[in-house]
Amino acid sequence: MSEYEIIDHEHDVVVVGAGGAGLRATLGMVSGGLKTACITKVFPTRSHTVAAQGGIGAALNNMGENDSWQFHMYDTIKGSDWLGDQDAIEYMCKEAIPSVTELENFGVPFSRTEDGEVYQRPFGGHTLDYGKKMARRACAAADRTGHAILHTLYQQCLKHKAEFFVEYIALDLLMDDNGACVGVLALCMDDGKIHRFRGHQTVLATGGYGRVYFSCTSAHTCTGDGNAMVLRAGLPLQDMEFVQFHPTGVYGAGVLITEGSRGEGGYLTNSEGERFMERYAPTAKDLASRDVVSRSMTIEINEGRGVGPNKDHIFMHLEHIDPATLHMRLPGISETAKIFCGVDVTKEPIPVLPTVHYNMGGIPTNYHGEVVTRRGNDQNAVVSGLMAIGEAACVSVHGANRLGTNSLLDIVVFGRAAAQRALKTVEKGSSHAPLPKSVTDKILARLDKMRYAKGDVSVGEIRNSMQNAMQKHAAVFRSNSSMSEGVKKVDTIATSLDGIGIKDRSMIFNTDLVEALELENLMQQAIVTIKSAEQRKESRGAHSHEDFPERDDKNWMKHTIMWLNDKMKTKLDYRDVHLNTLTNEVASVPPAARVY
Amino acid sequence: MAEFALPKHSKIVKGIDYPLETDSKNTRKVNVYRWSPDDDQNPRIDSYTIDLDKCGPMVLDALIKIKQEIDSSLTFRRSCREGICGSCSMNIDGTNTLACLKSIDDIEGEINIYPLPHMEVVKDLVPDLSKAYEQLTSIKPWLQTNTKPEEGKSRKQSPSEREKIDGLWECVLCFSCSTSCPSYWWNGDKYLGPAVLLQAYRWIADSRDENTNERLDDLEDSFKLYRCHTIMNCTKTCPKGLNPAKAIGEIKKLQLERK
Repeated sequence: MSEYEIIDHEHDVVVVGAGGAGLRATLGMVSGGLKTACITKVFPTRSHTVAAQGGIGAALNNMGENDSWQFHMYDTIKGSDWLGDQDAIEYMCKEAIPSVTELENFGVPFSRTEDGEVYQRPFGGHTLDYGKKMARRACAAADRTGHAILHTLYQQCLKHKAEFFVEYIALDLLMDDNGACVGVLALCMDDGKIHRFRGHQTVLATGGYGRVYFSCTSAHTCTGDGNAMVLRAGLPLQDMEFVQFHPTGVYGAGVLITEGSRGEGGYLTNSEGERFMERYAPTAKDLASRDVVSRSMTIEINEGRGVGPNKDHIFMHLEHIDPATLHMRLPGISETAKIFCGVDVTKEPIPVLPTVHYNMGGIPTNYHGEVVTRRGNDQNAVVSGLMAIGEAACVSVHGANRLGTNSLLDIVVFGRAAAQRALKTVEKGSSHAPLPKSVTDKILARLDKMRYAKGDVSVGEIRNSMQNAMQKHAAVFRSNSSMSEGVKKVDTIATSLDGIGIKDRSMIFNTDLVEALELENLMQQAIVTIKSAEQRKESRGAHSHEDFPERDDKNWMKHTIMWLNDKMKTKLDYRDVHLNTLTNEVASVPPAARVY
Repeated sequence: MAEFALPKHSKIVKGIDYPLETDSKNTRKVNVYRWSPDDDQNPRIDSYTIDLDKCGPMVLDALIKIKQEIDSSLTFRRSCREGICGSCSMNIDGTNTLACLKSIDDIEGEINIYPLPHMEVVKDLVPDLSKAYEQLTSIKPWLQTNTKPEEGKSRKQSPSEREKIDGLWECVLCFSCSTSCPSYWWNGDKYLGPAVLLQAYRWIADSRDENTNERLDDLEDSFKLYRCHTIMNCTKTCPKGLNPAKAIGEIKKLQLERK
């Protein structure tokens, strides 16, 4: 193995990732006096939070509708198809109000109502009075809410002099003999040096893994590096079969058109010009939950009512909306539609298609952000020294289907919660126990193998095969036969990693190497995703099983947890859904049929 | 007549030509600046001929195709591919822009791609932006207030007050503008440049910020602010259609008004 120069760092806390969750956690930790390192593979404002558009959900009640966090909680539980943990959902919806107000106080440039309050718009699945009518709950900065929040959080981190390590890719967690996490090993892309970060808590805020699919709204960098590190640390991932398809990705390009465009009055039509959502969701119509709308669109296309020469997509209309409103409320997507499909939204509809958008599954945690696993009968065993927040985590507040606006909320609420927890549990400035050399060596051996890989298959080829297999076999609708074929394909493609070849041998900004490491991360998650999907014999939220079209609460109201060993073999178990609430301020919501 | 001796490694040489081995009619040649700090070689231009029938519509699609299918060592930053993260700023067809928003169809003939001008190059199309980020930090780009908001409440801001920061806060920090500015090329160590001045004005114009005077004091400097000579390259090149030149003009106007 090559000799690597290793630079050591000791901190109280190490945060991996500088999207909304990572920055909110970093901010809370630094301002509370913890010595914090924030490691990120892209400059913070380039993290994928920046692309969130429509809004952040919080019952601020600025639109005078008597909204409440209890309604928000009910909607989130119903949206999750009763797979969400109700204690965590209560926490999120209640803490939404102070968390979003805090964001405004930090300087987020929210749009405003006439009386100077934060502007709120309707969004899919968000209702008043337990489903009676649509609520205006999404706090918005035009249609660039993620950009507004991410930049503001970065600015606040600058104000508090947070310590960033930018363009460092995390390689693996440092795990001690007791199974506790004691830090992370990272590669500095700028000069190729290895950095060993020690922390009493390591917080994974590494985002989703949308790039296991061929067509997704996710950025190229959304490779779920934290999820894969957790698998390699011998810990399970939870509910990985639940992958959200956003109804309105631009046909072809896959870029996102916010649900907020339907919140502002946009609607979908099929080849007959019919507003078909009225048939599938008589009350919420185009603002039903994302899984419902994506399924309805797919059925319309499958039954021959798609639009375009190949009848393979759907139209979304905004042209009936006043151009001044479009300019004020939806300037970003007006621009996106023009650039990526040549459409003037004031005159013609946008061609759209359900597109992979969000991973409900991830690293199982409690509502403090502490990573949990199942040890025998203990289903909530905390993994010492390890936390996870944001899309990487599965708290689970989104269950089988996430509501729009709840991802920006998730990152802010649980980033904040993780900071509060770390301030309680970490003793500032306490020393770090020595770490056996073998822990680092094992990680470097993996890096070394990839760095000198001389096989004849490129990263691009393997990635394409994996993405196409996932696109075909873990789609909006799934079946026994399709998924078992998918499992075989993905297993075969995973073995092709042994024949991978890297061309760039430099250690300076070696993106060939980084993409290969990311591909390995993606592959491990692809295996767990399709195998988790194959074993769930019911339909729930985003998991629509053609052979088992009904939800089966008796047998399947439980979280999937899956491990992956270094031979790429999986192990399956389950955790109970928390149907209990956190406090007695609100009653648990019993399972019911999900009608919009 | 003075003689200028250019640094040894400044001359760009012809690199490798990668022809296309199919009979496609719809092809395009993409010429890309390549330089690696590892091998003591001069920068070179590699030429890749690609089949546009099998390529997405944007210049970033072409670069990704080249990296994926022809030469995986080609190095550039990219992330969101929809013009919001600001990673893939580079000089394309003579203009600084985001590769993900630049349509191949808008370019006539061969496509020439260089890193952002006048920045140190880390490798190929990756510039070192650390100085620009430091300049951003130097203007204290966060909300500064002396009063506290009412406990548990948002600060109020009317729609017309809020409108004043439209066209300012949307900046994606790609630095296409700063690196297109001759003043910034010349005095980039002391002149803040249009991207950072746009951010400075974003906070001056925000009705919630209470430190306008201090902000203006900090900018009252012959280099930081007044190296802007209204050349307007910044506004012309901004891939997001923002107008940094106007923001700088507004700061200068405020400086005059308070004298």
